[in-house]
Amino acid sequence: MNELPNTSGAKTAIESERFVLRLFVTGASSNSVRAISNIKEICEKYLTDNYSLEIIDVYQQKDIAEKEQIIALPLLIKNFPLPERRFMGDMSDTDRVLKELGLSS
Amino acid sequence: MSSEPRHNLNRTVKLLPKSPTGILGLDKITDGGLPLGRPTLICGGAGCGKTLFAMEFIVRGALEFNEPGVFMAFEEKAEELTVNVASLGFDLEQLQADKMIKLDHVYIERSEIEETGEYDLDGIFIRLGHAIDSIGAKRVVLDTIENLFASLSNQAIIRAELRRLFQWLKDKNVTTIITGEKGDGTFTRHGLEEYVSDCVILLDHRVANQISTRLLRIVKYRGSYHGTNEYPFLIDKDGISVLPVTALTLDHEVSTVRVSSGIPSLDRMLGGQGFFKGSSVLVSGTAGTGKTSIAGYFANETCNRGGRCIYFAFEESPKQIIRNMLSIGVTLQQHIDSGLLKFHASRPTLNGLEMHLVSIHKLVEEFKPQTVILDPITNLITVGSVSEVKTMLIRLIDFLQSEQITVMFTALTLNNIVNEQTDEGVSSLVDAWLLVRDIEFNGERNRGMYVMKSRGMKHSNQVREFVISDEGLNLVDVYLGPEGVLTGSAREAQRLQEVTSDVLKDHAITRKDMEINRKRKVLESKIASLKEEFDSVQDELNKSYIEDQLRKSVVDQNREQLTRNRHSGE
Repeated sequence: MNELPNTSGAKTAIESERFVLRLFVTGASSNSVRAISNIKEICEKYLTDNYSLEIIDVYQQKDIAEKEQIIALPLLIKNFPLPERRFMGDMSDTDRVLKELGLSS
Repeated sequence: MSSEPRHNLNRTVKLLPKSPTGILGLDKITDGGLPLGRPTLICGGAGCGKTLFAMEFIVRGALEFNEPGVFMAFEEKAEELTVNVASLGFDLEQLQADKMIKLDHVYIERSEIEETGEYDLDGIFIRLGHAIDSIGAKRVVLDTIENLFASLSNQAIIRAELRRLFQWLKDKNVTTIITGEKGDGTFTRHGLEEYVSDCVILLDHRVANQISTRLLRIVKYRGSYHGTNEYPFLIDKDGISVLPVTALTLDHEVSTVRVSSGIPSLDRMLGGQGFFKGSSVLVSGTAGTGKTSIAGYFANETCNRGGRCIYFAFEESPKQIIRNMLSIGVTLQQHIDSGLLKFHASRPTLNGLEMHLVSIHKLVEEFKPQTVILDPITNLITVGSVSEVKTMLIRLIDFLQSEQITVMFTALTLNNIVNEQTDEGVSSLVDAWLLVRDIEFNGERNRGMYVMKSRGMKHSNQVREFVISDEGLNLVDVYLGPEGVLTGSAREAQRLQEVTSDVLKDHAITRKDMEINRKRKVLESKIASLKEEFDSVQDELNKSYIEDQLRKSVVDQNREQLTRNRHSGE
């Protein structure tokens, strides 16, 4: 596998690793909606097909909040590649998201 | 009739409903508990007992009031909490299994988290809401929510969200405790009191003279009357106990029932019946005058009557007191065995005055004694100033009198002069004051006892000699001789002297009686001889009288004969 989506900014670091992302949102709140569109955009742009994004509505699975130690929402958890990272907010700070995902230069 | 509508109006006034905490004493101060369905802020420095306070609120709610509770911990893990409070006998695991308590540990690792724009704290809302709904919680604790400020950088969001959270909790109608670390000059480091405006309780842990005291103060309680003092509290194996320190009024019940002091001769000095039930008695005296013995007797007497007694010993160990009392014929051990007598021995320096007061309160409420003995109060001075000791004792007397418990204090006076005041200045507070005093005379030291005062009863104004012997305590009349008060062997010598003089007097009386007898006998014999004399004189006189008569009759006969003879011769 592993054809690299050699798009502009994304450098080689990604290689074989597939990104496993989970985004926790609260229904259709404005922050949630923004976060969903922002992360989708980033993923499409920088990870193309090399990712899985699961969007979870915490309202629907309330006990997951305790299990995943969720406090602030929206919350994005990068389970893979390690190390695990958490991002909270509506993902509007693209540079920061990219940097922490290890996608920026 | 006109008062009818007014009366109705009064009835419709709705008081703030309260949620009882179950914490000993706190519900008294707050007049029923924390505001129901509203948030309460508990603040204080590190180690002042905030978490424990909150935990006890939850556990007592579950156990005593059947109100399930959620404990959201931002600091300690659930397992740590469980272990920490297990020492107080709270079985959190069982309570969680019973669905009475839910622990949720909120964990934020700053280094793992990135802020990438706008967010809110819905996660907490959802978690909390879910926890509340899952067990039907009525009580919630957030311990310590201020940790959010350390974990998240966007303060504006946190503040807005906290405001929303507290409003939401109010809407949920759960009684909430929020704990907060005390900041510099403010109640909490991040100004939580701004959001929680209903009730604020401040905990403090103060160390003075190397002795620590925990204090609690209700800073604010909107919509309710509350005590405003700093109340000392105690954390022990049963959790927190707060002491409502001073009764403001002096309207406690009084009793006319009398209780014996255990020393019959002392009772006689107190109008024949002893102390009033529920009164306070001070026994003061110099070292070694038998204060503890009097206290021991009183304890023994109480137990003999079937009453309960707590003996707070600040100087000697219980075993020591029992042994010493045995030497004057008082067996306290039997009362301990039968559960009527309880010793509580501690050094005064063990904790602060307030703490002593709290522990006395606690024990008294548990044990329900008729008599309490504090032996001696003098040592309390080492942990507080005179005025502090005095206030403490006022509170103690207040409390005990309201419970109709007779209390006996012993106090050491340091000099031999009869002071108008004892060192603790409590002599004006007590109802009866017995003073035991050394009387040094004739090369020996004896004890004299006075009843300095005894309110509301006739009492002896005399000094009695206080004798401690193998048979026990006794009071004997002292001898008031020309040289003053005689005690001990001088008194004994005086007594012997009196016996001697009695014998001599008896002897003198016998001699006088004999003299009189003798005189009587002389008199009687004189009377007899005079009578004899009289008789002989009378005989003499009678004799001559009869002779005269005889002579006269003979003469008459002779004359008649002569006459007859002459006639016949014619």
